Amino acid sequence: MIKFDRVTKRYPGSFDAIKKTSFEIEQGDLVFVTGASGAGKSTLLKLIAGIERPTSGTVLINNQNVSQLKTAAIPYLRRNFGLIFQDHKLLYDRNCFENVALPLHINGILGEEAAKRIRAALDKVGLLSKEKSMPIALSGGEQQRLAIARAVVSRPAILVADEPTGNLDEDYAADILSSLYAFQQVGVTVIIASHELPHIIPENIQNVVKVLQLQHGELTA
Amino acid sequence: MNQWLNQYIQPLSMVLGRMRQNLLGSILICCVIGLTLSLPTILFTIIDNLGQVTGNLENRPQLNLFLKLDVSNSTKEAISEQLKKHPGINKYEFVSKESAWEQMQQNASTAEISASLNKNPLPDAFFVTPKDIKPENLQRLQKEMQQWDGVESAQVDANWIKRLDTVIKLGKKVIFVLVILLGIALITIIGNTIRLQIMTQLEEIEVSKLIGATNQFIRRPFLYAGTLYGLGGGLAGLLVLYAVVQLFNTSVTEIADLYASQFRLSMPNANIIGAMLLSAIGLGWMGSFVAVNRALAKIDQV
Repeated sequence: MIKFDRVTKRYPGSFDAIKKTSFEIEQGDLVFVTGASGAGKSTLLKLIAGIERPTSGTVLINNQNVSQLKTAAIPYLRRNFGLIFQDHKLLYDRNCFENVALPLHINGILGEEAAKRIRAALDKVGLLSKEKSMPIALSGGEQQRLAIARAVVSRPAILVADEPTGNLDEDYAADILSSLYAFQQVGVTVIIASHELPHIIPENIQNVVKVLQLQHGELTA
Repeated sequence: MNQWLNQYIQPLSMVLGRMRQNLLGSILICCVIGLTLSLPTILFTIIDNLGQVTGNLENRPQLNLFLKLDVSNSTKEAISEQLKKHPGINKYEFVSKESAWEQMQQNASTAEISASLNKNPLPDAFFVTPKDIKPENLQRLQKEMQQWDGVESAQVDANWIKRLDTVIKLGKKVIFVLVILLGIALITIIGNTIRLQIMTQLEEIEVSKLIGATNQFIRRPFLYAGTLYGLGGGLAGLLVLYAVVQLFNTSVTEIADLYASQFRLSMPNANIIGAMLLSAIGLGWMGSFVAVNRALAKIDQV
């Protein structure tokens, strides 16, 4: 599904953020990308989600070479992904319902069909009762759950979460992680970046977890 | 089909909603555009009306053909025949030298002069009223008739109409320059308005791009906003023009009545109004297109 072959990413005027990295992610995998700050986790996720293009090497997503994609095709590639950002990137000028509606609007899904799916996504993260609330009125954990609802509402094949638990206390973090695991259980490929592996990984998924450990832009495990 | 239509209606209703939220701002922008548009249109209306006045003047300019003194009757008839057939001539009148002489003797102011002359010095003459009174056409007609056999001189009595025509031409040039300058100003005004809106929605644009929005999707609401501003501005401009014409007419009729004239300013015809609205919409679209493309290019760089 996602294949990296000797991928290097260098930002202008800087060292290599990712160095000659090769790996493969299969459909339905649960992948943890771990490493200290500055190890290149975010860059790796951006390469995976087609937000950045590699400086050298090839990134294949669904057998499409990202480097060779036309700019106009990039948006359609990105629609395969549900993105969860560390800073949520919620829109604070609209309520929860409208925040979750954005990906559907982008996909041209509107009206009743959209409303049904938005409520289903909000229900899945336990925010159905707050659809009319503004994001600013939500707690940190709730905001992150809203971000998850927005990421999954268009039913992407791949879910990418950049430090989804970074700012949360342990209870909230476990809460968020278990909802991400739930998507892996229904066949979604889930890719999570975090400082370290979570202390407790449920037994039923222990055997499917893959770990990509990064150190100074290189894979160590 | 419904889905396809929705992707155009949804951003439109979103834009309308935002405009309603910021009603005062939207109205002010429309006013600015309207006032800018009204300047050249008011000028155009005045010039256009002046042009129409010259078109239906009662004392149209005349061409006077003075014949040679020794001209024969057959030549006179030939000229008369030529005038009758000529497509550019409305009517003509022949005044023989005898009748002119008679008139001169009867006229109190010229009777003394005629008494001091012992023979008729006047030539036969044709007084020609042409159909077309454009100065250049008059000039051409005059040159043509000057060449005719038996014609001593062909004179045009149309200096004032030439002057008026020059003024109107100058006015049209002024409008042309004004339209171009104000068009650029409008693109800038609308572009800047849209740029400010983009800045307040930069987050939304960035997030949308990250989760797979095409540039077209992002552009659409801003293009709609620019177009709507253009339309609103066009209508506001029309309103201003109408108000000015009405205001002007109340005082113009007073003056016109004093001169026993029917002159009134009239609104430009539907074509002109349509062109004005369309150009306003076009400029609005263009201004927002430029602004949103610049913003998208900037985001793509990051």
